[in-house]
Amino acid sequence: MNISVIVFPGSNCDRDIALSLKKFSNKDPLMVWHQDHSLPESDLIVLPGGFSYGDYLRCGSMAANSPIMKEVVKSANNGSTVIGICNGFQILTESGLLPGTLIQNQGLSFICKNTPLKVENDSSFFTHNYKKDDVINIPIAHNEGNYYASDDVVKDIEDNELVAFRYCDQDGEINNKTNPNGSIKNIAGILNKNGNVLGMMPHPERAADSIIGLNDGEKFFTSIIESLQ
Amino acid sequence: MTEITKELVEEHGINNDEYKFILDSLNREPTITELGIFSAMWSEHCSYKSSKNWLKKLPTKNNKVIQGPGENAGVIDIGDGDAAIFKMESHNHPSFIEPYQGAATGVGGIMRDVFTMGARPVALLNSIRFGDPKHSKTKHLLSGVVSGIGGYGNCMGVPTVGGEVEFNSCYNDNILVNAMCVGVAKIDKIFYSKASGIGNSVVYVGSKTGRDGIHGATMASAEFDDDSDEKRPTVQVGDPFAEKLLLEACLELMTKDVIIAIQDMGAAGLTSSAVEMASKGDVGIDLNLDLVPCRESKMSAYEIMLSESQERMLMIIEPDREQEAKAVFDKWGLDFSTIGILTDTNHLVINHHGKLKAEIKLDILESGAPSYNRPYKIIREPEFDKSKVSEVLDSSIDILRILINSPNLCSRRWVWEQYDHMVMNDTVLTPGGDAAIVRVHGTNKGLAISADSTPRYCSADPQEGGRQVVAESWRNLTSVGALPIAITDCMNFGNPEKEEIMGQFAGVVSGMIEACNTLDFPVVSGNVSLYNETNGKGINPTPVIGGVGLIKDLNHFSTPLIKRENDVVILIGKTDGYLGQSIYAKEILNNTSGLPPRVNLENEKKIGDVVRDLINIQKIDTVHDISDGGLLIALAEMCIAGNIGVKLDLNKEEMNHGFLFGEDQGRYIISVPKSFLSSTIKTLEGKGIYSQNIGETRGKKIIINEQDQISIETLRDLHEKWFKEYMEG
Amino acid sequence: MKALVKIMPKNGVLDPQGKAIENSLNQLGFSQVGNVRQGKIIEIEINSNNEQEAKKIIEEASNKLLANLVIEDYEISFLKED
Repeated sequence: MNISVIVFPGSNCDRDIALSLKKFSNKDPLMVWHQDHSLPESDLIVLPGGFSYGDYLRCGSMAANSPIMKEVVKSANNGSTVIGICNGFQILTESGLLPGTLIQNQGLSFICKNTPLKVENDSSFFTHNYKKDDVINIPIAHNEGNYYASDDVVKDIEDNELVAFRYCDQDGEINNKTNPNGSIKNIAGILNKNGNVLGMMPHPERAADSIIGLNDGEKFFTSIIESLQ
Repeated sequence: MTEITKELVEEHGINNDEYKFILDSLNREPTITELGIFSAMWSEHCSYKSSKNWLKKLPTKNNKVIQGPGENAGVIDIGDGDAAIFKMESHNHPSFIEPYQGAATGVGGIMRDVFTMGARPVALLNSIRFGDPKHSKTKHLLSGVVSGIGGYGNCMGVPTVGGEVEFNSCYNDNILVNAMCVGVAKIDKIFYSKASGIGNSVVYVGSKTGRDGIHGATMASAEFDDDSDEKRPTVQVGDPFAEKLLLEACLELMTKDVIIAIQDMGAAGLTSSAVEMASKGDVGIDLNLDLVPCRESKMSAYEIMLSESQERMLMIIEPDREQEAKAVFDKWGLDFSTIGILTDTNHLVINHHGKLKAEIKLDILESGAPSYNRPYKIIREPEFDKSKVSEVLDSSIDILRILINSPNLCSRRWVWEQYDHMVMNDTVLTPGGDAAIVRVHGTNKGLAISADSTPRYCSADPQEGGRQVVAESWRNLTSVGALPIAITDCMNFGNPEKEEIMGQFAGVVSGMIEACNTLDFPVVSGNVSLYNETNGKGINPTPVIGGVGLIKDLNHFSTPLIKRENDVVILIGKTDGYLGQSIYAKEILNNTSGLPPRVNLENEKKIGDVVRDLINIQKIDTVHDISDGGLLIALAEMCIAGNIGVKLDLNKEEMNHGFLFGEDQGRYIISVPKSFLSSTIKTLEGKGIYSQNIGETRGKKIIINEQDQISIETLRDLHEKWFKEYMEG
Repeated sequence: MKALVKIMPKNGVLDPQGKAIENSLNQLGFSQVGNVRQGKIIEIEINSNNEQEAKKIIEEASNKLLANLVIEDYEISFLKED
């Protein structure tokens, strides 16, 4: 099993996600530098959180144009599995692997907090160990996490059951009050139509360690590792 | 050539005596570049000329200290070959002028101080102080400072894990922004700033040099007046992305044993880094400014030497290792340029466009720097007038409602949710507790870290205040179960040329010395910010203490959060009910005069050592120290965090506002499961420590008696209300 | 009348955004691209027919709020309405 974590200048959750993946797979992921023109053979490609290229201009826009992303897009279109978390999600939308875009939070400021999510899709490669409608607590930490897409795109996503997670409260209520950043329909993470690409703003790698006090992210990693085996 | 006039010398903040010394030492008139260099090196900010004779007296050693003051940051031994490296620094004046960039570059600067020593930064804290909430500038300044701190720290991927926010009208025109950074390195991989090896290369790395912050060091030590607007264009802009690259590039190069010495270019930029590195190594240094990467054309030697452009470092490396080093910086897309050489002349020599611009013997700059024994007068407040206390008729719960929703006691969630406090995945205890806990990566031990000050105590009685700030830091670390090791201090005061202000400084330092000695809690790094004064009005003396302690085994630490019902709540330490300088006195009695509570240092140590043992050995997991607001506020915070109530069981004499809201020092609240009760009491009694059972954890209310109670939900709403409404209203 | 306020970083003030865009464009092969600076444009409708008066108002608004004069300059222009 080969997992590649792409490192952009300004990535800052690369180490965190690599350690979580190692914890559940017992294998060190390959750290791939953004200027590499070829991608090692990978069963899973991860775009980590952070501020790639400082997130100047638009979040993820410059990373989406880096040499390695050409290879990632090619590989994803050939069916490789790709996860983008936080800045990684922004890079996925900027590079066209996922529809929609992530704009500035409604409250106009950075938010870092543990956030309840409702599991919407429990059959995907990434989420099958959860049950539909589970409420899980996973931290968010972003300034541009407000998911936006046109009405027909959102309809398409919902009709095809491509929403992975939505923001909610501890009782699973989904409404404006339980929406931390203004995302349309409280969307926190989506899949592509083939089900091989997932983008999500919350950080499961921050919820898989009991000494930190959060472990609802563990099933995310066990789902992935089981799918890969 | 620029003529050196009397006015020009004055503008550079150099007084007659100092200038005479320069003329005598050089045996000629200085060039303008030299004048700029003297001005920067001898500014209060770089030379500590008013404070160093006092700072010298602070204890700086214990058996864990590896490096005390004098380096980029302090270093302590945290076992297993690991070191914690930390420092706190002020960025007050720049943040008042441009709150976002001022605060951001403050955070950037303090991180460079830490990673220049080879440590990966693992935690940021900040202590920020603003004027009266009603003052027209306060909201704008606060919002800018918080986004600036977040903007830089979040992008760097270093968690901001704690700190404090205070409002007081004395900061109306002089806000304080103090940032602290803690890093971790291997003890045998620490880098210092002492240059060595005649003939070795002086290498510039990082971002390019622009005209940012020229006069910054001079500005940072000058009193504000109403013309401050004119000084605006000198503010630096931070580029956290460039700093993130610089961090990774430096740490990557540091794995290779190429760097002989390294220092960041902070205040006074290239001047202070070149001078300090060469002076420490007792060598000379020749710089060719044509080789400095510049962002703007036609920069003069004066400007290049004094620029405070951010995200730059100066390194000493052997000439034949340059290519290897350059390859690392190329990979990260950063400038790398050899700009000079170490010499045996003991002179700083600067050439630009083929012309000699400066030639100064280094010991004139360093050891010749002025140092003043300024006259001082220590002023203390009169005794506290408690006659008004009995006239307050509100019930204790009504007072609690007011205090928990007051600017200085309400929740700071609005602030710390804008900081990424979780990145790096080692934040064990998040903001809002007594101290933050950050796991040492890849181990099962943790660093406990806190940053705070109690300026109103220091103002009322400088010496007592000095004792208290150190004791409180020690207590905060003890509360989570850590062994306190050492502190960094950030000393924010007014104009030292006034004897009552110098008296505040002298008094506070004397108090700190006593506390540091008794608690074995030395100072390993720090920073002084004087002249925090506008139109003749100074701030309260504000010595901010950043404390670092060690938790050897993260299976045993404690938090203020109440974890179970039916625990017995024990108050440790004697309560006299003294209200002088308390938040109660200010908010309820409207009385800000009187002496602060006394600190008994011997007692403090005895109690704290036992509390730590209770946590580490007897597995007590719920502890909170009592500070601002007193017993009932501390209890309310514990209940809100744990969502469990407390039924208090007090006798008649204790049912008074002094007992519930007094700020007597050296006290802790612990919550103990009944099965541990007898052993806990036995331990406390065995050590001769005063303690009393004050109630039990139960239900969802704080109950003082039948008439006087409040639900945790109401308390939480009140606690969360003020800040959010203030900022969003 | 519609006013456009163009806000740019002051000359000499570090512009990290512009610098990063420049690097990225160079990396994408736009080798002809030189110095890049990033600012913003604010479009304001203003209830006035007198351009001079309108300019005064917008200037005041720019000084007070729109631009951060510590690090930014601004320029005002007016759009002809169709």
